[in-house]
Amino acid sequence: MARALINLPAKAKRGEIITIKTLISHVMESGFRHSALGVRIPRDIIDTFVCTFNGEEIFRAALHPAIAANPFITFHTVATESGTFSFQWTGDGAFSQTETAKIVVE
Amino acid sequence: MTAAVVLRRLAPAALVLAAVLAAHAEIPLNERRSGYADLGRETKAMQDDDTANPAMLAVLDGEALWTSKTGGTGRACAECHGDAKTSMKGVAARYPAFDAKLSRPINLDQRINQCRVERQGAKPLAYESKDMLALTTYVGMQSRGEPITPPDDARLTPFREAGRATYFRRQGQLNLACSQCHDDNWSKKLAGNIIPQAHPTGYPLYRLEWQSIGSLQRRLRNCLIGMRAEHYEYGSPEYVDLELYLMWRARGMPMETPAVRP
Repeated sequence: MARALINLPAKAKRGEIITIKTLISHVMESGFRHSALGVRIPRDIIDTFVCTFNGEEIFRAALHPAIAANPFITFHTVATESGTFSFQWTGDGAFSQTETAKIVVE
Repeated sequence: MTAAVVLRRLAPAALVLAAVLAAHAEIPLNERRSGYADLGRETKAMQDDDTANPAMLAVLDGEALWTSKTGGTGRACAECHGDAKTSMKGVAARYPAFDAKLSRPINLDQRINQCRVERQGAKPLAYESKDMLALTTYVGMQSRGEPITPPDDARLTPFREAGRATYFRRQGQLNLACSQCHDDNWSKKLAGNIIPQAHPTGYPLYRLEWQSIGSLQRRLRNCLIGMRAEHYEYGSPEYVDLELYLMWRARGMPMETPAVRP
């Protein structure tokens, strides 16, 4: 299983703009490289990242081969109510990982 | 010419040599600085924030390995050592340490492998493998903020002196010694990069150039290749002696494991 790190405030004021930072371990093999024997190394990347809040999609990113290993994605949202963020990474080779984080809005 | 005459003629030469060596003195303790001080703003931010530091992924892997059963005895690290947060605090800050059975110092990687083979009945992990780096990073992080405290062990002295000799010895096609960059010319530039003082405060660390985490020995190998010198095998006595000297040179400086470097 890939390791993921999520950073977001545990508490926020209503209407406050919060920053969410995510980091996941993944080799991100571009698919353009060849092995020592000249065989192409198949592409193995995360191609979609989706963040939902209480079931509603709030952020989505499409990832392409020109990205570093261990993709780090930062984005902002407005805290409206308490609830659960769900983060899902999907990619080549049926890669799929979901993490969740809670926030309390006062 | 008799031997005595030769010795008498050589004596002034030896004095001059001693004076030259003294001129290449080590950095005074209060002028030492971690490589962190020369980082750019963004890289500093990356190291300071545990959710942005990619080396923390290795820490999570290490944490999982710490509690997972392995080897013939089916024991986990945690069954003997308990919670690493207390039992491993300050451990990485005092390695390499003397091993009585081998009659020489061993580094943290070798200590972990010794435990695996003798107590867990497991296969030793390869140097620089994912699992080895995960464990050394996890153990290393428990010493974050702790001062580097090389063991006060007289048996280590000859090995540390051997490490010091390697550090001051010119080698490779470029005929460079470690000290020429890291003692005599730190803070100046080598190509576009600031030359650091080479204190091993943050290993294993995430190096942006490597796009991965790596050990101090990988860094030493990197430097030796840059000097066009022959590098040693991972885990060789030469590297461990050098590690021993570098840790002594950085004594008292706080550990930063896992650090981020460009």
